[in-house]
Order: sequence, then structure tokens, then C-alpha cells
Amino acid sequence: MQQSVAEIRRLIARHKFWDYAFAIVGMICLMVGILVLLSLFADLARTGAPRLTPAFFTSFPSRMAEEAGILSAWVGSVLVMVVTACAAVPLGVAAAIYLEEYAPKNWMTAIIEINVTNLAGVPSIVYGLLALGLFVYILGFGQSILSAGLTLALLILPVVIVATRESLRAVPGSIREAAYALGATRWQMVSDHVLPYSSAGIMTGIIMGLSRAIGETAPIITIGALTFIAFLPNSPISPEFPFVNAKWLMDPFTVMPIQMFNWTSRPEEEFQLNAAAAGVVLLAMTLAMNAVAIYLRYRIRKKIKW
Amino acid sequence: MKHKSLSSRIKGAVSPVITAALGVSLLAGVAGAADKIVKIDGSSTVYPITEAVAEDFQKAKKGDVRVTVGISGTGGGFKKFCRGETDISGASRPILKKEMDACKQAGIQYIELPVAYDALTVVVNPQNTWLKQITVDELKKIWEPAAQGQIKTWNQVNPAWPNTPIKLFGPGADSGTFDYFTEAVVGKAKSSRGDYTASEDDNVLVQGVSRDKGALGYFGYAYYAENSKKLKAVPIVEKAGKPAVLPSPETVKNGTYQPLARPVFIYVNASSVAKPEVKEFVEFYLNQAPKLTKAVKYVPLPDKAYALAKSNFAKKKTGTGFGGEPEVGVSVEELLQREGKH
Repeated sequence: MQQSVAEIRRLIARHKFWDYAFAIVGMICLMVGILVLLSLFADLARTGAPRLTPAFFTSFPSRMAEEAGILSAWVGSVLVMVVTACAAVPLGVAAAIYLEEYAPKNWMTAIIEINVTNLAGVPSIVYGLLALGLFVYILGFGQSILSAGLTLALLILPVVIVATRESLRAVPGSIREAAYALGATRWQMVSDHVLPYSSAGIMTGIIMGLSRAIGETAPIITIGALTFIAFLPNSPISPEFPFVNAKWLMDPFTVMPIQMFNWTSRPEEEFQLNAAAAGVVLLAMTLAMNAVAIYLRYRIRKKIKW
Repeated sequence: MKHKSLSSRIKGAVSPVITAALGVSLLAGVAGAADKIVKIDGSSTVYPITEAVAEDFQKAKKGDVRVTVGISGTGGGFKKFCRGETDISGASRPILKKEMDACKQAGIQYIELPVAYDALTVVVNPQNTWLKQITVDELKKIWEPAAQGQIKTWNQVNPAWPNTPIKLFGPGADSGTFDYFTEAVVGKAKSSRGDYTASEDDNVLVQGVSRDKGALGYFGYAYYAENSKKLKAVPIVEKAGKPAVLPSPETVKNGTYQPLARPVFIYVNASSVAKPEVKEFVEFYLNQAPKLTKAVKYVPLPDKAYALAKSNFAKKKTGTGFGGEPEVGVSVEELLQREGKH
């Protein structure tokens, strides 16, 4: 059983070698992903740079590449995201709270839980087809911002639910017990303690969901987003009483990915520059949303003291 | 609790908004329809022309009328058109029998207006030195269904050509361009070999042909005109004894580029014409077409044809000149004077 010191040293050296080797392999794997993304972004930015002028953001699409801009596309994207967030956040968060804090743990909830997770993996085109039937025809919303927003809300609902549940679960059970011990009802416990503590994770989940939604093209094309729109939807804010109006919800629209796709399929080479520039803007929008998520998580985490 | 948490504050603010928004939107749905709007959908081939017209029309009306243009393809466009969802549908081939029936069932009458010519262009790689011209029969030999898996090299088509592998590129089966090419070359619409690189995105075809010495492809003239440095157009010989003709605005207009020159159309819903903005848009379309088709690299129709189209529109002459069958080589003037079939 006796091992010489030399043997043990060799063993240690061998294990250390594998430790080191894995670190290198891991680093390479990481770099493959990041470098590909970076070079893609750099290439897009280089190609699109000449088009990234203020006019690009304030012009409508045009048959002249130099005059064409993304005004209707980015406004469309933003408005669709507003509808998506307004629908997906309350629904998703409430569903998650119910599942996590209220629902009895039985086979029914188990089935629902499994299905919610599975829904996150359903291809987006399926949601598009569902929405075409439900929102566009049965509910009669037509090919509008409202239909698109609700479609994307369905799409990200599972993401929001799963993320919310994860962060609710991360709140220690002792907090809940402490609240009960002081005579709090379940709702008081949830709204005063569990929700505030888990809000960082919930926000992250919501923003991750939204940044997935903003790049989606397939379901939006299915419900009939249009390619050429040279006007803006009705303004959500009006000068007369009651100052807000919902007319814009029913307006036809286009979104960034569709505008980009249209430009890439043009015969004229100059439109490729527009597509690249639109790609940079879309990527920047997504990165900005993720940055907000990280910042919020950081801010809120700092405030939690337990 | 002294302070409300962030998330509950957000939730508190958001929930009433969504409820209100949903509620009001249901009421607003009816009111929104009163806006002046012209809805157009259909073929991607007609899209560049319609887009140019829509852009100029909206500028001319200073935003008073809204025009939306979608790309659902000729077939997809007709589906929406015959459900009454659009005012105008772009089509790179005439309306087919089953689409006529769908429109008839829904009680939709339409006015068929040719707006421009497109020339299907057969292209090869610039390094292809052997192909000076190609006959329709040779094209048929390459593209007919029987060629599938059989015709693999150039010398199989014509012994004078080298033993180089032949790589084929063309539009997918949903495209009106595909329908027209197969009809004109093989003799039966949608009858083609399947073992070629198919893409709905013509730029993919341009790239494919420009990268392979043995490649051959076909698509609309505009894509060739914009990429003429990377591609070589092949003169077409209609039948033995006729001269080889290159596609160009002149040869299309004088009718010598046959059989691959085709008219493209817009179909206008006859009941939409009652809306002044639609009527005005179509008139603007026909007036501006000679100028704008050139700008987007299409070939304008002869002036006489536009005049006929305008008078057909003014008379609200409904129906199609084709009768649901694809037809190759028919002149636009003759078409416009035919009795409309429903």
C-alpha cells in the first residue's frame, strides 16, 4: 500500500495537467462563441457605418437606398414591445406566483409545470399560426400592432414564468415562515417580502424575454406584418382629452427584422449597407436591453438585506 | 410596509394600462377603419414598382393617404385579395382558375391591369466561355423533369460544350417566376426538375451563379441589371432559324425577346374603386408607371397599352383576359381588348 513520494508527485502533476488542459479547452470554447459574435458585429458595423446617420432614424423606407431609413420600423418595434410587455409581464408574473406560492403540489400542477417548460421550446412559427387564427381572425384584431404584441407576449410568456418561478424559489423558506409567524396572510407575505426580494430575477427574465421577442420575424410575418410602410401609427398621446388614445393598437406596422430582411433581398447592392446598419441598430437595442437587465439586477440585489 | 417594492410599483402601473388599452382598442377598432388607407399585397416581382409608386403617391398626398405594401407572393396575395382583405394585389402571372373561383365565391370582382414587362433572364458565370447563346430546346433539355439526375454536365446538352458539371439555380416552386419559366420553356407550368438550388431570395441565386464556373440560373431582369458585372446574360434563341436575342428594354418592348418576356399585373378590387383614395392611387400608378418602372429596372409597356389600361380602369372593366390558363407570348394590347372572363 505504500506509495513513494515520487509516485504521489507524479499523480498530482498528472491531475494538475488535466486541470490546466480543461481550463484551456474551456477558454477556447468561450472564445469561439464570443469572437464569432464580435467579428460579426464588427463586420456589420463597418459595412453599415456610412448609413448610421441621424437621417437613417428619421426617414421612411424608400426605393433610393441613400434616402431609406428605419423610422417606421423602429417605431413599430418599440410599440409592439410595449404591447408585449404590458401583456406578458402581469400574466407571466401572476401565473408564476400562483404556481409557486399558491398551487397545491399535485399531479395537475406537475403537468402544468412540465408543459410551461415545454412551451418555451415550441418553434415561434407555431405561435404565429396560432395567433393568425386567434387574434387576427377570431378576435378580429386584424394585422395590427395589437395582434403582433399579443403574439410575441404568448411567445415569451413561458420564459417569464420560468424565470419568475426560479427567482421566487431562490427566496429562503425562512422568510415566508417569518412572515406567517407575524400573522401575515399569504398575499401579504408574497407582495411584501417574496416579490421585492425576487424582483431582480423577475426583471432579468422579463427583459431576456423581450430581447428575444424584438428579433423575432417568423410569427410577425405569419400574422401579416407589412414590408412597405411609410407612415407612423397614430400617436399614443393626443393633445385633447383624454390625452392618450389606443388607436395605434389597431394600426398596420412593420418591425426592424422585417425591414432588414427586405433590404437584404434587394437587387441593388447599396441596400445591403442599409440592412447592415439596421442590423447594428437591432443588435444595439438587444444589447441595451440586456445591459438594463444586468444593471437592475445589480441595483436591486444591493438593496436586499436579510 | 413603508416603501412599495419596485416590482409591485411596476405591476401597479402596468395593469390598469393594459386593461384600459385592451378595452379602448376594442372600441377603436371600428373608428380606425375610417382612415384613408390603400392596402396592397402580392408578388415580390411587382413589389419594387408598387413600392416606388406608393412612396411617390404618399409624398404627393403629403401623408393624407396611407399606403401599405406587403410581400406574400402572387399566390399568397390572391388568397388575401379574394378574402377581401386587400384593395390591390400584385401578380407576376395572371390569376388562375382556382383563384378566380375563390374570388367569385366571395363576390369579389377585379380589374386586371398590366403595369410593366419583366424579362426572365438566363444567366451564367462570366468565366463561362462556351455559351454564346442558348435555344429554348436546350433550356428545356436542362430544366425538364426528365433531366433530373440525368443531365449533369454541359456536354450532355450540346456536344460542342465542355465536360463541366452544370450547377443550376432558380426560384422556388411558390414563385410566379417559376410558373412562367416552366410554362415558357418546358411547356407546362410548375413542371421542372427538382434537383437544383432553389431560393425565394434572388440574391442567393445571384451569389450562387457568380461563384461557380459551371452555373446556370434564371430570375427577373432587375437582378441581372444590378449585378451585370458578376453575371453574364445569355442570348435566347426562340426556335431554329431565329436570331439570338439578349434581354434588354428594347428587345422586350419590340417583342423580339421571346418567350421569356412577360407582363406583370396589378389586380384591383372593383368595389374598392368606390373609395376615392384607391381610385386616385391606381390612376397615379398608371400615370407614373412609364417613369417609375424604368427607375426600378423594369421595362415599361408601350404607351398605347397604358392608355388602354387607363380606359379599362375608367370603364371598370372587370375579369381577366386569360381565363385562368397561363399563356406565353400574348401581347398586352390584345390582352386589354379581350372580353373579361370571370
